[in-house]
Amino acid sequence: MKRLTKKHILFTFMALLLLLLAACGGDDSNNESSDAAGNEEGTEEENPETTLTFLIDNQTVTDGIDAVAAEIEEKYNIKTKFEMRPGGTEGDNIVKTRLATGEMTDLMWYNSGSLFKALNPQEYFLDLSGEAYMDRLTDEFKEAVSVGDAVYGIPGEASSAGGWLYNKKVYEELGLEVPKTWDELMANNEAIKEAGKVPVVASYKDTWTSQLVLLADYYNVYSNNPDFANQFTNNEAKFADTPIALRGFEKLHELQEAGYYNDEESATGYNDALEMLANGEAAHYPMLTFALAAIADTYPDAIEDIGFFGQPGDDPEDHGMTQWLPGSIYVNKDSENVEAAKQWMEYFISDEGLETYMSVMKANGPYVVEGVELPDDAYPAVKDMTAYLEEGKVGPALEFLTPLKGPNLEQITVETGLGLITPEEAAEKYDRDVERQAKQLDLEGW
Amino acid sequence: MKVNKVYSYALLIPAGLIYGLLFLYPTIMSFFFSFTRWTLTDWEWIGFENFIMFFEESSLMIGFKNTFIFAFLTAGLKVVLGLILAVILTSQLKTKRFIRSTVFFPVLVSTIAVGIAFSVLMHPSEGLINQTLGLFGINGPNWLGNPSLAIYSVAFVDVWKGVGIATVIFIAGMMSIPKDYYEAHQIDGGNKLNAFWYITLPLSRPAINAVIILALIGGLRTFDLVWAMTGGGPGFSSDLIASIIYKQYQAGFYGLSTAGNVILFIMVAVIVFPIFKFLNRREVDL
Repeated sequence: MKRLTKKHILFTFMALLLLLLAACGGDDSNNESSDAAGNEEGTEEENPETTLTFLIDNQTVTDGIDAVAAEIEEKYNIKTKFEMRPGGTEGDNIVKTRLATGEMTDLMWYNSGSLFKALNPQEYFLDLSGEAYMDRLTDEFKEAVSVGDAVYGIPGEASSAGGWLYNKKVYEELGLEVPKTWDELMANNEAIKEAGKVPVVASYKDTWTSQLVLLADYYNVYSNNPDFANQFTNNEAKFADTPIALRGFEKLHELQEAGYYNDEESATGYNDALEMLANGEAAHYPMLTFALAAIADTYPDAIEDIGFFGQPGDDPEDHGMTQWLPGSIYVNKDSENVEAAKQWMEYFISDEGLETYMSVMKANGPYVVEGVELPDDAYPAVKDMTAYLEEGKVGPALEFLTPLKGPNLEQITVETGLGLITPEEAAEKYDRDVERQAKQLDLEGW
Repeated sequence: MKVNKVYSYALLIPAGLIYGLLFLYPTIMSFFFSFTRWTLTDWEWIGFENFIMFFEESSLMIGFKNTFIFAFLTAGLKVVLGLILAVILTSQLKTKRFIRSTVFFPVLVSTIAVGIAFSVLMHPSEGLINQTLGLFGINGPNWLGNPSLAIYSVAFVDVWKGVGIATVIFIAGMMSIPKDYYEAHQIDGGNKLNAFWYITLPLSRPAINAVIILALIGGLRTFDLVWAMTGGGPGFSSDLIASIIYKQYQAGFYGLSTAGNVILFIMVAVIVFPIFKFLNRREVDL
């Protein structure tokens, strides 16, 4: 009797295991067969039309790409079939899996910078450095999509920047000028506060917005020590013991200490902040310039009054902005339609292609293609950005230079902005957060 | 020992399969993955490193403190308020059916919806709660924005939402107390308070125990309400163990967050099991 029970239990477990294995196996073969079927359909079609597949995340606005793709279809009979994937880390996993299993689409949309470089591009993507249009792309951009001498991507959108959006009407009313140093900015804040307006909006209900004062300060770190990002990645430099990097946390704290933030920071959200800035209740909002599209959408009358300046440092001669590089389009090296894909890319980055793109999409910042002027109806804040570009006073944001960005940064910057911890404590906390991430990523030197 | 075996053990297989596949297998795997550096597609054995790293988390102490405050506070309040409500609702009240439904209604609403609704109600200046307080000349606090108050505000909402379940369990317990006891008590000339203290309370013990255990377990692993209302903020001030684990998962630290879950599992077991034993010992048979 007892034996029988044991046997049965054993049997149950074996059956269970078998079922598990069968379930896993079944899944795989299903995927393969359906994919294979899809490919055959593409190749078996007899007409000269080519179809390119294009993997893109579902958070990027694709109106511009759609428009250009439609033109390409008309001109070259190359169809573009979009495949959607989620954004964020979940999307990263999909991209990595599809690359590893050789099932990547012909064209692919992905971040530029460290995230892209972490994909091991030499193995998977077509080197475009020989293409004629490469000369037109700015060096900073090319740097972000290159490994060694090979360049792999073209920009799929305009760049954007992190810095201070400000209300020009408030500045006019109070007779203020765009600050060139942090002290001038603080003096402006004082004047704005005396006039009974909110100098700086803190929208900590959407915690991610709290990081901007720190992240947008990176130009100042970059111009002081261009190699900081490398040292940071290699565990050689820390926020806590690099005074210029620590300044970002200190600035966040100084604004709080001086009482320049609005009341009810933790009940104010991103949309509330845009409203306060647009209707002139507040003068400044440290933000990414993609917020301009949201302002133009919700407060179309106010967009003309919104300007932009980079977060200033201490040297008036060295006032620059921190740039967020655009997402890029890459070609799958093993694609069967490499020639068509190359043609697609060439048209996309041509003057005609860009014109079509710009007629549909308004830029959040300058294009990283040389010789492409912003259209006259660009947002005024975007025009403010071009001045920095012309002077060459631009540095990429830290996240384009290193794979490290501690996941708890937004909570730490909220704590700093609310005055719960000192800037030194914040920097130390963040360094620990980064250390944990580096260990989980298994980076060398940690 | 001869058991009259009517059904074959083979009949257990369907249930066994479901249990094994959906509960046993993931549990065992999570113990395994908690010892690895895991990217979902790839893993590497790293021993206890995840556990060490989890305990080094700077906000972990806040998380433990908040989890205990939250679990014991909400469990206590649910028992006390639930008892009071249950006594009222088992009396001869005319509108008792209506009130019973009203008390139970919040249980049916999605936690996330409750969280969002209350975070609007608790807005420091535009929220209904503070505006109402303002009518009486009281300057209401910043319920969710004040770091030392946030966790209590969330606990309050959790009690509001969860007290209905407790009340229903208590009502069921009280209804099953035979009327004879009350009649005997009446003949002896006892008053209402005595009846509650010496009859209702001891005989509702099984119900009270069930509520305490359920509320404690629920409180120790609460996550959704806190996430919807404060996201663990401001800063880390209302983080619970569960929200710390979630943030680690979000960051892609799959091994680390699995280790956190194993720790949470052990913690809940270590706290709840002795309490369960203790409470059951004191149960009175009807």
